[in-house]
Amino acid sequence: MIETNLTPLMLSLKVAALSTSFVFVLGMVFARWMTQKDFWGKNVLESFFLLPLVLPPTVVGFGLLLLFGKNGFLGQLLHEWFNITVVFTLTGAVIASIVVSFPLMYQSAVAAFTGVDRRLENAARTMGASEWRLFWTVTFPLAWPGLLAGFVLSFARGLGEFGATLMLAGYIPGKTDTIPVAIYFAVEAGQMDKALFWVIIIVSLGMGTTLWLNWWSRRNVRRYANQK
Amino acid sequence: MLAVHIQKRLPDFILDVSFSVQKEIVVLFGPSGSGKTTILNSIAGLVHPDAGIIQLNEKVFYRDGQKPLPVQKRNIGYLFQDYALFPHMTVEQNVRYGLKKGHELNLAPLLSTVGIDHLLQKYPHQLSGGQKQRVALVRALATEPDILLLDEPLSALDADTRKQCQDELLRLHSMWNIPFLLVTHDREEAEKLADVIFLIDNGTIKERKNEKSHSATSISR
Repeated sequence: MIETNLTPLMLSLKVAALSTSFVFVLGMVFARWMTQKDFWGKNVLESFFLLPLVLPPTVVGFGLLLLFGKNGFLGQLLHEWFNITVVFTLTGAVIASIVVSFPLMYQSAVAAFTGVDRRLENAARTMGASEWRLFWTVTFPLAWPGLLAGFVLSFARGLGEFGATLMLAGYIPGKTDTIPVAIYFAVEAGQMDKALFWVIIIVSLGMGTTLWLNWWSRRNVRRYANQK
Repeated sequence: MLAVHIQKRLPDFILDVSFSVQKEIVVLFGPSGSGKTTILNSIAGLVHPDAGIIQLNEKVFYRDGQKPLPVQKRNIGYLFQDYALFPHMTVEQNVRYGLKKGHELNLAPLLSTVGIDHLLQKYPHQLSGGQKQRVALVRALATEPDILLLDEPLSALDADTRKQCQDELLRLHSMWNIPFLLVTHDREEAEKLADVIFLIDNGTIKERKNEKSHSATSISR
């Protein structure tokens, strides 16, 4: 039952790591912007950000295919300017993963930034701190527990992404066969042992991640409770 | 000299005040929700008036039709009601946060004057209310401000600590020689600390009282 070809694990980790790095920064930037500014259409934009959470992954994948496909607006642009092809490549898997995990990071970051006492930021401003300095010295460290939770959730989501990835990146062994995709095609080919092996791996990874997150956030809640 | 002449529409009334402050301790005294903190916040630049002018010495903080001067450039010290100490920083990091690069103020005399020099490595949650108040005061003064704004600075303290802190405030004011603008709804505190008291109600100054001479004059608007 032990699978010797570990490419799906490596690919999954690579996709999740790459997409989480992007999503962490993007989620933080947009969350900071949205918590500081009020503008017409903010609700609509926020709903758009959260859309991948409620849509079937296949619909997200279909949208991405339209956008990044050979004739899609972004697909053409990336191909002409940087010679990058998205469909049926690892880049496609990363993009799919970014889109579906973004809402998790965004929501966690909004909650984390909203939880930071505005008076602390104002105190820093009255002491002459620039917005950049106060963000890195006050807002970020105080929002860190929530940001880390978003990071871990996004990573786990990226690791388990299936529908949108299959639509955009397809199943090309050794290139785009992440664990969830490998499980699907193993079952389809009747290789139940192989599928079970990958199921055990991904359940362990998911369980490990959530266990660690629970333990860590409980420890943090205690630490913050003691500080008050 | 600080000159304030502002109007701002608030949910229940229109804030409309006009006053000037030399280098004395001015107390804005009045019931909760009368607009006192909004006046401090307007001077600090944390909120903006709808109209008017705020000027400290030659520096215009706010004037109709001009872009307000950013908070960071106003060089004010602000002591917030619950001190707003950074919980993840030690006392020393809190106090040094606003020090100006290049000409760092010698903090030692200030720290020993208020008696917190032994607390530098502690975190805010390890301090008593009075100690937090002192740390916040030193932190606000460490930036060498041109004016100190204090929002109910002593309201969370017990009677004994409050009295000590009042004495300290008076001592620091005489050392520092800048205007202190203090908000309170405690009459006794206002009378003890103030050179001048403005009685504020529903967004307007109802009365101006010169404490040192104890002569009261009504403000007519």
